[in-house]
Amino acid sequence: MTESTYRIQGATGEWEVVIGLEVHAQVTSNAKLFSGASTAFGAEPNAQVSLIDAAMPGMLPVPNRECIRQAVRTGMAIEAQINAWSRFDRKNYFYADLPQGYQISQLYHPLVGEGSLMIEADEKAGIAEPKVIGIERIHVEQDAGKLMHDQHPTMSYVDLNRCGVALMEIVSRPDMRSPAEAGAYLRKLRTILRYVGSCDGNMEEGSMRADVNVSVRKPGGELGTRTETKNVNSVRFVMQAIEHEANRQVDLIENGGTVVQETRLFDPNSGTTRSMRSKEDAHDYRYFPDPDLLPLELDEAFLADCRASLPELPDAKRARYEGELGLSAYNAGQLTAEVEVFARFETLLAEVARSLGKGEKDVATAVANWSLSVAPGVINALGDEANPAHATAEAQAAILKMQDAGDISGGQAKEIFEIVLRTGREPGEIAETEGLKQMSDTGAIEAVIDEVLAANQDKVADYRGGKDKLFGFFVGQTMKAMQGKGNPAVVNQILKAKLDG
Amino acid sequence: MSIDRATVAKIASLARIRMSEDELDCLAPELSGILDWVEQLGEVDTSQVEPMTAVIPNTLRLRDDVVDADPLTGGNKRDDILANAPAAEHGFFGVPKVIE
Repeated sequence: MTESTYRIQGATGEWEVVIGLEVHAQVTSNAKLFSGASTAFGAEPNAQVSLIDAAMPGMLPVPNRECIRQAVRTGMAIEAQINAWSRFDRKNYFYADLPQGYQISQLYHPLVGEGSLMIEADEKAGIAEPKVIGIERIHVEQDAGKLMHDQHPTMSYVDLNRCGVALMEIVSRPDMRSPAEAGAYLRKLRTILRYVGSCDGNMEEGSMRADVNVSVRKPGGELGTRTETKNVNSVRFVMQAIEHEANRQVDLIENGGTVVQETRLFDPNSGTTRSMRSKEDAHDYRYFPDPDLLPLELDEAFLADCRASLPELPDAKRARYEGELGLSAYNAGQLTAEVEVFARFETLLAEVARSLGKGEKDVATAVANWSLSVAPGVINALGDEANPAHATAEAQAAILKMQDAGDISGGQAKEIFEIVLRTGREPGEIAETEGLKQMSDTGAIEAVIDEVLAANQDKVADYRGGKDKLFGFFVGQTMKAMQGKGNPAVVNQILKAKLDG
Repeated sequence: MSIDRATVAKIASLARIRMSEDELDCLAPELSGILDWVEQLGEVDTSQVEPMTAVIPNTLRLRDDVVDADPLTGGNKRDDILANAPAAEHGFFGVPKVIE
């Protein structure tokens, strides 16, 4: 494996950056991890808090089967070892967003063990070839509540709606060596979570957040002391935090200081990190097995159901798009990056193949180009005037079918799609009514070409005398005479025959 | 095992329990005594014994993913939740300002 060439240039030479990420992903479920309160985003404060979440005495946590199932499915998607026997532990700390005084987590026996994912090569980002990033473990734990500090001069307000929602903590190995690799890892992880459906991956709403562990060392040397920057909530911010933190550590060491193992905060406005002094004393969590919860034991049937419910995963889908559908690596990568994108593509592909009576492989490249470049181009150009609901697979398939038959040109396909998006009218009817059809009738085209050639006899002589470049002129004149509606392939073919003949 | 005064002070601070100097003085030997007594268990060879997780053979029950299926363990009880709070405003708990 080629190691990353990303380096921090210090006064004493080059420094290598070592990065590990702990990603907290909110599990998609209706109810919380240990209570029946709803997980829906944006409710009235404290409306979705049960007596368990509020840590009232005597309440007993009972795990939500769906949360366990989703974590297991996620583990299977990264080809990790699934621990049929796992256990919950208490992580003790005091903070106003955690009424229990401890978080129920899994330290000693996590649900999911060692796995990995692969990040793709990205020349522009300095990732020369695909790289496997190790994932140490995934464990299940409770989220904390939310504090608001700006509503009252002397008080902080506490909303416990998020308190007790299930999180997966996905802990990577320190296998990343550049901000770009960390960004690629996060994006790939988010893609996998969305494929599996175990987390919506929405970083803006906080359903996916990363703790970023960074250390620096001389290339190939001993690992340095790491710092942990907490709760960074976008791919871009994670990359910024790494860059800033690595440079800060290099400056510190080169100026005779030492890096302290500490928790830091990222400030999105300045792109910098700062020490979180209050947490200095907080690392003594005094973990112990939660006496309220028996060990979690999963049987074969449960695990088999989890496995059977997994969809085709990103790497497999990408390989199939390239291998079976014959798409380019670039198109396959673009189409498989987001669930919505491949879902639309696969629906349209099936519809086009069906309506043309061809195999999916035969139409895949045309449908891919349409889906990735033509259609988005038209939709973006229209902006608010486009009604996405009109962009049905049937309508788009009808346009591609007319284009495949040579009835309309690529330009006319765009114009028709534009009208579809505005009005929802039927593509075939638009082509007829708006005169958006190209002429493929060889007799009619021949007649026009004869006129063009007759009117430009001097140029015909020049062409035949060796001025090949004039061919474009004749095409232009012919198309102009046909108001741009001639089928270019037919026009070219007839022109060539007449000029050379 | 001997617990010194500083250790007791640290544990107390982690648990947010205020201790007077006198209490620290008297707790250090008491906690040491308790640990020494429990330490006797170390004389038994348990290297071949699995740690026990429960006194009765039982496995963890799981709940279905249904919101508010049981009113006792569901949400939508804000007034109950806030009833004992020393300060509650606009549906929030109010706590002394904590900010990073």
